[in-house]
Amino acid sequence: MTEITCKLLVIGAGPGGYVCAIRAGQLGIDTVIVESGKLGGSCLNVGCIPSKAMIHVAEEFEKAAHAAAGKTPFGLTAAEPKLDLKQAVAWKDGIVQRLNNGVAGLLRKAKVKIVHGQARFRDGKTVAVETETGPKVITAETIVIATGSHPVELPFLHFGGNVISSTGALALTELPKRLVVVGGGYIGLELGTAFAKLGSKVTVVEAQEKILPLYDAELTTPVAKSLSALGVEVLLGARALGPTAKGDGLRIETADGKEQELPADKILVTVGRAPATSKLGLDELVLDMDGRFIRIGERCETSMRGIYAIGDVTGEPMLAHRAMAQGEMVAEIVAGEPRLWDKAGIAAICFTDPEIVSVGLSPAEAKTAGFETKTGQFPFQANGRAMTRHGETGFVRVVARADNHLVLGIQAVGQGVSELSAAFGLAIEMGARLEDIAGTIHAHPTLGEGFQESALKALGHALHI
Amino acid sequence: MAERIIKLPDVGEGIAEAELVEWHVKVGDIVREDDLIAAVMTDKATVEIPSPVEGEVTWVGAEIGDTVAIGSALVKLKVAGGATAEEPAEAEAPAGLPQEKPVAAVPATAAAAPEPAPKQLPTPKPALAPARPAPVATTPAPRRPVGEKPLASPAVRLKAREAGIDLRQVQGSGPAGRVSHEDIDAFIQRGPEAPVTGRLAPKTAVTDVKVVGLRRRIAEKMALSKSRIPHITIVEEVDVSALEDLRAALNKKPTAERPKLTLLPFLMRAMVKALGEQPGLNAIYDDEAGIVHQHAGIHIGIATQAPSGLMVPVVKHAEARDLWGCAIELSRLAERARDGSATRDELTGSTITITSLGALGGIATTPVINHPEVAIVGVNKMMIRPVWDGTTFVPRKMMNLSSSFDHRVIDGWDAAVFVQRLKELLETPATLFVDM
Repeated sequence: MTEITCKLLVIGAGPGGYVCAIRAGQLGIDTVIVESGKLGGSCLNVGCIPSKAMIHVAEEFEKAAHAAAGKTPFGLTAAEPKLDLKQAVAWKDGIVQRLNNGVAGLLRKAKVKIVHGQARFRDGKTVAVETETGPKVITAETIVIATGSHPVELPFLHFGGNVISSTGALALTELPKRLVVVGGGYIGLELGTAFAKLGSKVTVVEAQEKILPLYDAELTTPVAKSLSALGVEVLLGARALGPTAKGDGLRIETADGKEQELPADKILVTVGRAPATSKLGLDELVLDMDGRFIRIGERCETSMRGIYAIGDVTGEPMLAHRAMAQGEMVAEIVAGEPRLWDKAGIAAICFTDPEIVSVGLSPAEAKTAGFETKTGQFPFQANGRAMTRHGETGFVRVVARADNHLVLGIQAVGQGVSELSAAFGLAIEMGARLEDIAGTIHAHPTLGEGFQESALKALGHALHI
Repeated sequence: MAERIIKLPDVGEGIAEAELVEWHVKVGDIVREDDLIAAVMTDKATVEIPSPVEGEVTWVGAEIGDTVAIGSALVKLKVAGGATAEEPAEAEAPAGLPQEKPVAAVPATAAAAPEPAPKQLPTPKPALAPARPAPVATTPAPRRPVGEKPLASPAVRLKAREAGIDLRQVQGSGPAGRVSHEDIDAFIQRGPEAPVTGRLAPKTAVTDVKVVGLRRRIAEKMALSKSRIPHITIVEEVDVSALEDLRAALNKKPTAERPKLTLLPFLMRAMVKALGEQPGLNAIYDDEAGIVHQHAGIHIGIATQAPSGLMVPVVKHAEARDLWGCAIELSRLAERARDGSATRDELTGSTITITSLGALGGIATTPVINHPEVAIVGVNKMMIRPVWDGTTFVPRKMMNLSSSFDHRVIDGWDAAVFVQRLKELLETPATLFVDM
């Protein structure tokens, strides 16, 4: 048994953990990172990155298919496209591989020791790791729990066979003819849309009365319309009951209480993510929990001295960029810097078609928070760049305080709006007022002009509507 | 653009100069017509000087505390002359004067040059004095309500955290109260506006307050009185129970002609009576001439706390005013002294003075005589005290009078007689109203 002593031990090399370790290494902290799977965590291996790769493949395929069908308004035609899904998956895996290596390189550069294996707490200062080369015991002054999350399994719909999680969906080498997606959240809709574009017959089963329940109806309506245009059937208020007897479909209870069988080659279950803490031996510790999640304070500290937690194990919003920011902050705290979680906003993006981006408060949330608000909304129909991209659906919306015009929230829905999140996030974080956005020259012709115009609209003098 | 000089106007009262006590403007300010530009102080009254025109202040002619002669330049204003304010075409020239011909302005050059100098015709003035764009009136940023999250960029937040500053304690100067790097720097230099915690800390700041205006006059007057007049002070207690009963009865139904009475009108009437028997105390002592001017008319100065400091409005001819007459005049003068509208006439000419701090009056005071008078009566606070009535202690409303006299011209005996007379009159208030 090998014994390692270090100043900082990070458990989990996902976006939160590896950023924490890199930053700690930069600050000269003697750091060890433990990972049971591949470096990069869910995000890099089975989440953000591979899903975006497959979404891109689907988009390209759809464009070609449109051209082949003569559906483009600009006279482009092409031969019927064919997709080698195996090659697409290999291309995606190549990207993932490159990024895996990139993370390993960055960790090495920061002089972080990487230990591969499953970590388990012995006590608040000691962690045992089962590695291929035998057990290791790591004693650290400070430990950061960054073990992330995994897809939630339904008790009546176990993963395996035709029932797959998002991880399984991204590894499919054969296109399912009929795909049933259980759960109309962003993961289910992103993947469902991609498969629909590739040619699967997709049905979405959502228990609530609307898709993407975390976003308001104004933002989700364009997505719902687009799903319908893609031929995706969305069953709202419907509950999955379990697989059919023959295993060739899903039994559901529809909104009007009837039982129905949906034939399916694959059933993709995307009903949420749960913290990955079961193998961590948290019983050895006395951590205050927040439901299934680890409770943290404004420095990401847990209820035990010297133990921090970051990322998905600490609850919503379960976003890689939140975990990264937390990881960076904790590394600096461990280095003795005075730091505190004081972020004004965390952008959330839905890579559906059209995309949705939201930072800060929605109009309804702002009202609930007790603000008198001004809202400005600018449609992409009036935006030159959106027209020339042949993607005019959607809008930019800005929510500001009525009294001092401080921007409280910015949302957009439309093709390619995910990239606007940089501008939105900066505006919120810098404490911009409507006048600041309206007074910033936005290059023409870009979608970003819609941002400026929405601020002008809220001020009562939009120029292009 | 044209320049307009605002001179210190004749503020009346036949004075030749006044002390500048306050500037309402500074160089670069935009003033509108009738905006106040300065306050000057004459002997006792403060006079506000309004601007007769709209313009931008380019020069101020005095500092606070300076004595400014009537008719001398107070400020210079750049005023719009004809065209729009931004128009640089017009040369600076005193308003109303026809613009001088440039040729006439440079006769020496013209004479020295062998040929005529038509090229010098264009006026060079605009180049020398480019019109400054009118500064935008900056309204101070609204202060952030208590409890609201501070607004600052990530870099500013980090800077504050590294400096150990709680951003909630920093008021932002930016729009919507945004805290800037400069605000943090200023906060570090200045420290928190109010102590955040109960921790004790030594303070080293020294605040310099210029003694100007009314304060300077008060200082001079007090120094004069105390340095020239040997004071003798007598403190006597007065049982005002009967007086208070009477006052309460009279105050039951106040009318416009008979407003509510304080104690002072009674004291004034008592002084009128007592001074009638001792005219030597109602006097002005001209010590340089060696003459005591005994006045028949009793003009009682009332020391009054005005916002700017101590003022002494004068109730003239108290001997000719009845109880309510004294009361009405008293409240009128006190009001005018407080709002600064008292005239010079109302603030001068007293022959004796009352000083009263009401409930703050203490048990005894050593009043300073209002030079060149010879006596001052100080009123201390009224309180219920046990008094031995021969068989038992009884609760009585007691009040002390602390009176000072100029011992050069008033002997202790005379002073004591006067104080005892006041006591008698006030303790048996009926005697105030009967002729004896």
